[in-house]
Amino acid sequence: MADMKIGAYVCQGCGLGERLDTKALAQVAQKEGKAHIVREHEFLCNAQGVAMIQKDIDEEGVNRVVIGACSRRAKAEAFHFPTVAVSRVNLREQVIWSQPATDEARELTQEMAEDYMRMGCAEAKKVVAPTPNAAVGTNKRILVVGGGVTGMTAALEAARAGYDVLLVEKTAALGGVMAKLFKRVPFREPYSDPQPTGVEDLVAAVTNEPRITVFLHATTTRTSGAPGQFSVDITTESGQTQTENVGAIVMASGFTPYDASRLPELGYGKSPNVVDQSGLEALALAAAAKGEPMRRPSDGREIKSVVFVQCAGQRDASGTHLRYCSGHCCNTSMKQAMYFKDQNPDIDTVVLFTDLRTPGNGEDFYRSAQKKGVTFTKGKVSGVEAAGDGSAVVKFHDLILDEPAATMAGVDLVVLATGQVPNSGVNIDIPADATDVDDKPVEHAVSVLNLTYRQGPDVPQLKYGFTDSHFICFPYETRRTGIYTAGPVRRPMDIAQAMDDATGAALKAIQEVENAALGRAAHPRSGDLSFPTFRREGCTQCKRCTVECPFGAIDEDEQRYPQFNEGRCRRCGTCMGACPVRVISFENYSIDSVGSQIKAVDVPDEFSEKPRILLLACENDAYPALDMAGVNRRVSSAFVRTIPVRCLGSVNTIWITDALNSGYDGVMLMGCKHGDEYQCHFVKGSELAAYRMSKIDDTLKNLNLEADRVRNLEVAITDMERVPQLINDYAAKIQEIGMSPFKGF
Amino acid sequence: MADVVATNETIVVIGGGISGMTAAVEAAETGKDVILLERAPSLGGRVSQLYKYFPKLCHPTCGMEINLRRLRGNRRIKVLTLAEVQKVTGEAGNYQVTATLHPRFVNENCTACGACAEAVTAEIDNPFDYGLSRMKAAYLPFTMAHPQRYVIDPSLIGTEEAQKAKDACRYDAIDLDMKPETVTFSAGAIIWATGWRPYDAAKIQPYGYDRYANVITSVEFERLADTRGPTGGRILRPSDGKEAKNVAFIQCAGSRDRNHLTHCSRICCMASLKQTTYMRERFGDDAQSSIYYIDIRAIDRFEDFYQKVQADSTVKFIKSKVANITEDEATGDVILHGVDTEGYHRYDNRHDLCVLAVGMEPSVDVRRIADVAVDASGFIEVNGPNGAIFGAGCAANALDVNRSVQSATASVLRAVQVVNRVAKAEG
Repeated sequence: MADMKIGAYVCQGCGLGERLDTKALAQVAQKEGKAHIVREHEFLCNAQGVAMIQKDIDEEGVNRVVIGACSRRAKAEAFHFPTVAVSRVNLREQVIWSQPATDEARELTQEMAEDYMRMGCAEAKKVVAPTPNAAVGTNKRILVVGGGVTGMTAALEAARAGYDVLLVEKTAALGGVMAKLFKRVPFREPYSDPQPTGVEDLVAAVTNEPRITVFLHATTTRTSGAPGQFSVDITTESGQTQTENVGAIVMASGFTPYDASRLPELGYGKSPNVVDQSGLEALALAAAAKGEPMRRPSDGREIKSVVFVQCAGQRDASGTHLRYCSGHCCNTSMKQAMYFKDQNPDIDTVVLFTDLRTPGNGEDFYRSAQKKGVTFTKGKVSGVEAAGDGSAVVKFHDLILDEPAATMAGVDLVVLATGQVPNSGVNIDIPADATDVDDKPVEHAVSVLNLTYRQGPDVPQLKYGFTDSHFICFPYETRRTGIYTAGPVRRPMDIAQAMDDATGAALKAIQEVENAALGRAAHPRSGDLSFPTFRREGCTQCKRCTVECPFGAIDEDEQRYPQFNEGRCRRCGTCMGACPVRVISFENYSIDSVGSQIKAVDVPDEFSEKPRILLLACENDAYPALDMAGVNRRVSSAFVRTIPVRCLGSVNTIWITDALNSGYDGVMLMGCKHGDEYQCHFVKGSELAAYRMSKIDDTLKNLNLEADRVRNLEVAITDMERVPQLINDYAAKIQEIGMSPFKGF
Repeated sequence: MADVVATNETIVVIGGGISGMTAAVEAAETGKDVILLERAPSLGGRVSQLYKYFPKLCHPTCGMEINLRRLRGNRRIKVLTLAEVQKVTGEAGNYQVTATLHPRFVNENCTACGACAEAVTAEIDNPFDYGLSRMKAAYLPFTMAHPQRYVIDPSLIGTEEAQKAKDACRYDAIDLDMKPETVTFSAGAIIWATGWRPYDAAKIQPYGYDRYANVITSVEFERLADTRGPTGGRILRPSDGKEAKNVAFIQCAGSRDRNHLTHCSRICCMASLKQTTYMRERFGDDAQSSIYYIDIRAIDRFEDFYQKVQADSTVKFIKSKVANITEDEATGDVILHGVDTEGYHRYDNRHDLCVLAVGMEPSVDVRRIADVAVDASGFIEVNGPNGAIFGAGCAANALDVNRSVQSATASVLRAVQVVNRVAKAEG
């Protein structure tokens, strides 16, 4: 680039001036780094220092800035030059603070600093401040799939913020499960009595909201595109399809009660007097419509005794039924017991439970139930049997009296608290043509969204079919950018939680349409304007990028080339790491921007006793841990040169082979934990890196190098004590196996 | 604070813990201007003092790093620390927020080089460790503190020590003449995310928290387990520094109790289950954890975690509300007395250490500051007649981290609705 002009600045503050020869660093930047302007400053992050840099940008045409000072994680507010590419050279935390402040250490510390200046200048030459993608989608309508309480709330809340909404409901009416309830659990003070569901008001509010268009008897039969530019086919029962464009999607497809007929031991299906919680609601609604008390389903006799069986087919460690707890059922059973108690306090209501779970103010509701005379017994139900008179006998292990063969007889109605099963559509982790143990084809659920994405028609599921986020800190983290799930499809929940959840999901959908229109990335690289581009003529159509993208951002075009949907991309660089022919890059992060840093390091000859170890560190966890080790003045080997990477998933094996070919003695990778409880914020980055590195052994063999020349490590951000230890252990290992034979080639 | 510009399209977020930080970044990333006010000298709140999160046993600072990067990279957020909100007046779309900015005695010139801390000898209790350790009176609150700027404790002001700190600073960052400042901002909507505090365990008299050294709270236990904590992660009991291999966990300490907190604090069961894994991590098969509980509330997928802990042979579950605790003065051991209600067995169980799973109460009495409806426990009513003041996270309910963040995200949309209306009205 003809107009490239690098300004390199070396700070002398925080002890850099005493510990390092900053003049020599400036010379390195000028002579080797080819910086056009080089300046030292005694306190670069103060107003004067920042003004000096800004002046060079404004008046001297500097468009690449190299800052030799503290970590990129420090003083970000001061060193904010949005119009140019900025390379931060970490001389403080990871050089002087990680090396002993002794005269003996001076030479190696200086060598480290000089290498990092070379690397910073090399990077600066290869990156530009990204310009947003011109092909952004600017549609700001929100599509909500599902017209239950979650979907209606999401639609209404988005509309109230000024956004147009399309609401698609599969059945003939809005309301979902909420419309099938007699009453709901109280959601504000006093938490004492069942409350009207309010579903009519909610349906009316949705219907009367001019910004919301409702499609009944309708499903989404095709969804393609990207945030800001989704194209959706909405098909009604009559077979008519219309295509609409939307900017983001909230999936609120709800739940189905667990099939109680799988619990014959609890009498369901054998006697009409055994119902599940939704069955009880139906009885209550029917009775209320008639203005009569509920009666025994089998013979219409008066109900005198009701038993509620908690955790029916739930919390089942054997895995026969649901393993999880659905959260709402304890409160729901108490509410249902109150249906009887409020009607006639003499009706005997017993809740049989193992752990009663009424968090928060549910505790008030629990006390209210006790006050109304609902009995709570800690016991594990083993069976429900019919007696001759139409009543039932409930057999249970009484855990308080430690009576394994306790019974309750003369029970008129048994209510099974079964759990919520999410309506999450197709499990895309199971191949479409998969077969079960008996070689029969696996039956797939009906798709909810019918995405045309190469990776499958619905959003990925986390566990037990729920589409929840894997991350504790980021409940709306989604692996399908611009598509947010809410309500019981995401996690088991009650009405109050579903309404709150719907509001959160609607916010994320709105945020996504706003950012998509500006070409900005979504979390975790929020605001990043870079996006992947590929050199089509070099592509071999190997499909690794399309398969490995954690966000399903890459499809295939008609000619089977990868088709990048930039709006779906989260800028992790996994595709770049995957590409064997290295045709994928970002404006501010590329094979070359890292590769040239690797090559910029001065590799001393074989006899110097100064090995060089490359450390590629995940910028979210490993790199901060290295910084904090420095803050705590933990010493680590001076032979290591660290480059932060967006994710280990972006590490292309060419970087490793290039490093080894150019005489590095070892390469370390530090990334996040992988496996079931993975920590990688790009889902599979560290796992993919581990896999790719397991394949690098052949390369090492071809180069006649030891397997220990490459080491892949899992670290956490808190490993500020362990990380220096890992580095020093590896440096010792390299010392032991000796210097690389590739020096000076 | 002339550089803070606020209008009635600004969203003010009060509280810089995980809920407040989330609300601030989510609002700013939706294109709104945000002022984030935090009473402490740095962001992060209570979660930054946890060793690990349940159920993944991952580290809170991992998510904090991402949130801090989002926050630092977004020019729409103005963060003010040591900012204590005094009064909120006005109505939806037109609030005035008055806050006191307490002096840090350190300005933005600070590079966090640490020279002031080296120069100072005076020490104070370290609040980050709940007073379980001491630290220099010129300090960075914790390694990942944001803003990355030191604090001079007010107790130093007027002493020679303060002058020593000032003399050690080469960047003119220490200003010993800083005075408290009162500022008032306009706001269209307010997100109230002031979080929770642990219930005062001393109020549960039969448990002797104020009398026995080896009765501690669950939040203190987090610090003992944390490898960055006062014991370097070795679980040592306070009385004699002995390894605490036999630990009792008492659930509902102050929660679900008419004499204390009437609500269930939701997180405590999972927190204690998690803490038994710390025991195993440190002591392996030699660990002995006993959980005294009424109901184990491991809701939804957390059930998996409960089942995993149940399968651990070093963990015992005793269904009992512990009646009282006595101390064996000779050894410092604590003895728990009560009745195991499963089978009605009386017990007097000896343990090295007892951890009270203390409940959550709102950290601030909101009604002193603003006209806001709260429930009987003091949590802000989400459905209350609160204008455009929206509770988020544990200011609104007893919530775990994941649900707090979800709640904070929802509160942002409610605030956005208000400021969008204001913007539309103003054209």
